[in-house]
Amino acid sequence: MQVTNLGESPVDTAALIEQADQRHRGPFLNALRLLYRNPKIAAGLGILLLFVLMALAAPLLTPYPPDGPQSQVAQGAQPPSPEHILGTTSLGQDMFSQIAYGARVSLLIGFVAATGSTLLQVIFGLSSAYFGGLIDEALSLLINVFLVLPGLPLAIVLASLANASGVGKNEFVIAMVLLFTSWAYGARVLRSQTLSLKEREFVTAARSMGEVTWRTIFLEILPNEIALVASTYVGTFVYALGAEVALEFLGLGDVSHASWGSILFWAQLNGALITGQWWLFVPAGVCVALVCGALTLVNFGIDELANPSLRQAMPRKLRKLLKTRAVVA
Amino acid sequence: MRYLLRRAGFYLIALWAAVTFNFVIPRLMPGDPLQNYIAKLQNQGLTPATIAALRKEFGADPSVPLWHQYLDYLNALLHGQLGTSTSEFPTPVAQILAQSLPWTICLVGAAVLLSFIIGTLLGVLFAWRRGSWYDTTLPPALTFLSAIPYFWMALALLYVFGMMLGWFPTSDAYDLSSFPNGPEWSLDFILSMVQHAALPVITLIIGSLAQWVLTMRNAMVTTLSEDYLLMAQAKGLPALRVVFAYAARNAILPSITSFSISLGLVVSGSLLTEIVFNYPGIGYHLFRGASESDYALVEGGFLVVALTVLAANFLAELVYSVLDPRIRHGRA
Repeated sequence: MQVTNLGESPVDTAALIEQADQRHRGPFLNALRLLYRNPKIAAGLGILLLFVLMALAAPLLTPYPPDGPQSQVAQGAQPPSPEHILGTTSLGQDMFSQIAYGARVSLLIGFVAATGSTLLQVIFGLSSAYFGGLIDEALSLLINVFLVLPGLPLAIVLASLANASGVGKNEFVIAMVLLFTSWAYGARVLRSQTLSLKEREFVTAARSMGEVTWRTIFLEILPNEIALVASTYVGTFVYALGAEVALEFLGLGDVSHASWGSILFWAQLNGALITGQWWLFVPAGVCVALVCGALTLVNFGIDELANPSLRQAMPRKLRKLLKTRAVVA
Repeated sequence: MRYLLRRAGFYLIALWAAVTFNFVIPRLMPGDPLQNYIAKLQNQGLTPATIAALRKEFGADPSVPLWHQYLDYLNALLHGQLGTSTSEFPTPVAQILAQSLPWTICLVGAAVLLSFIIGTLLGVLFAWRRGSWYDTTLPPALTFLSAIPYFWMALALLYVFGMMLGWFPTSDAYDLSSFPNGPEWSLDFILSMVQHAALPVITLIIGSLAQWVLTMRNAMVTTLSEDYLLMAQAKGLPALRVVFAYAARNAILPSITSFSISLGLVVSGSLLTEIVFNYPGIGYHLFRGASESDYALVEGGFLVVALTVLAANFLAELVYSVLDPRIRHGRA
């Protein structure tokens, strides 16, 4: 999680000029241009895309099933070999197929939790700031309470209670637990941004023209802080993925189903460290680190887009444009 | 003073919320986890008398009205009763947690302090030498390191430095064979403690360093462009004085504001790290409680962690109000 520093910077003009510059291009070219101009977003999205493709194309990439009786294809844990490029697990399952199919579970849980959590963040953050008064007091209190309560212990309590309640160990429960424990930070960030946005003229204008409240909030204010929503979304995704792997590692998820966390759970249970079977825990950890690292890169890119003072150097053409602007004005 | 009272009030409410979560959540869950849990205990071969006592302790007696259960629960908490652990029967949960809390506090305290100092200094350096090779390469590298899950970093360090190279011990908080009578005040013991805590603390520092570096760097970049810094440099003040007494002093406030968030993350990370290193802190017991469905231990563990984190946050706010007079005088 990094700090986003999105003040109302005067560099909005730069974005305007850029926009005017691009108006005659199509949206696809614009997207490509964005990626070209912002290598951090491009690299991050590229890595993420690779993992999504691996998850989707798992049956094409590996002939071995991830779980079930058919999945035992070797005698116990074998180090990497030409047939099993990442080795096999203690149960004799192909590690690469575990990783590829496990990516489905891990990425899906992260996606569901982050999406739901972002919805909560937008609703709580924006309405708290927009309505103000008692509503703001109550919602801020709720947000701040969730913010100071440590997330992972709360998630452990929730997940182990869900196990005891007979809901069963499943992916959905984990996603809900993560959703419930991850929304507070983003809500606070969005609230403070909305507080400053709602004083702007365009909001007053919309209100005095008789715009309905929910339209003012979601169609006037929200689009103006979409960069912030995007960056908290990515941040929440990183948190959710890490916490999901952690909960599964603790055995609170469905450990009979291949996922990156359950791979690590079995590795720990079978003493992979003591016996020196590094291939049991290295691949899953590297995958989590790569995906989280890629998402963090995307977040850096978004920060730079929204707050140009963080960019290393402004593109020369834009600087020249700005200069002429300043002279004209 | 009014500010402090307000904040104290907030933390009391947060504490009440944590306590109430513990009471409400198991009762809101579908399928009544408490009854399931007690049914499970019956299969474990505990005597009916013990189970009846446990049932009373959990306040899960259906004949007692809900509000009365809640009052009983609060009353028990006020007297420090967190129930009886079933995985380490019949040790009271409070006793297990009281023994393990100091270890977690040492671990988290050392990690937060060290990574705050190192990270903030690095942030100052990167911002001061903005655009240098280390400013362009190290922050992304640190961020990548912090994207690695804590427990996996712990596994990797344990494997390389504990197992393969054998530089560090691989479990426990001190050498159990040299000190069979438990902790004592001696140099040898402290050395053994430091040796055992080194790898877990390094894990936590690596995981949380990037946060401090980036917060400090970004705040410094903004502060460095202020006119008064140009003035300070123009006056010919030594560079070190400009950086630390003029720029860093003002740029450090956002780092302290983000303390509560990073503390929560480090505590979560520490819980996982303890499990990997078999470090006898709260996290280790939370894990045992969760895997052996020792429900009283998990809930008690959560409460103790929440209480500690809230207290630490309150302390951080006290420090903040000393550092930033605008807060003290209510003009922020």
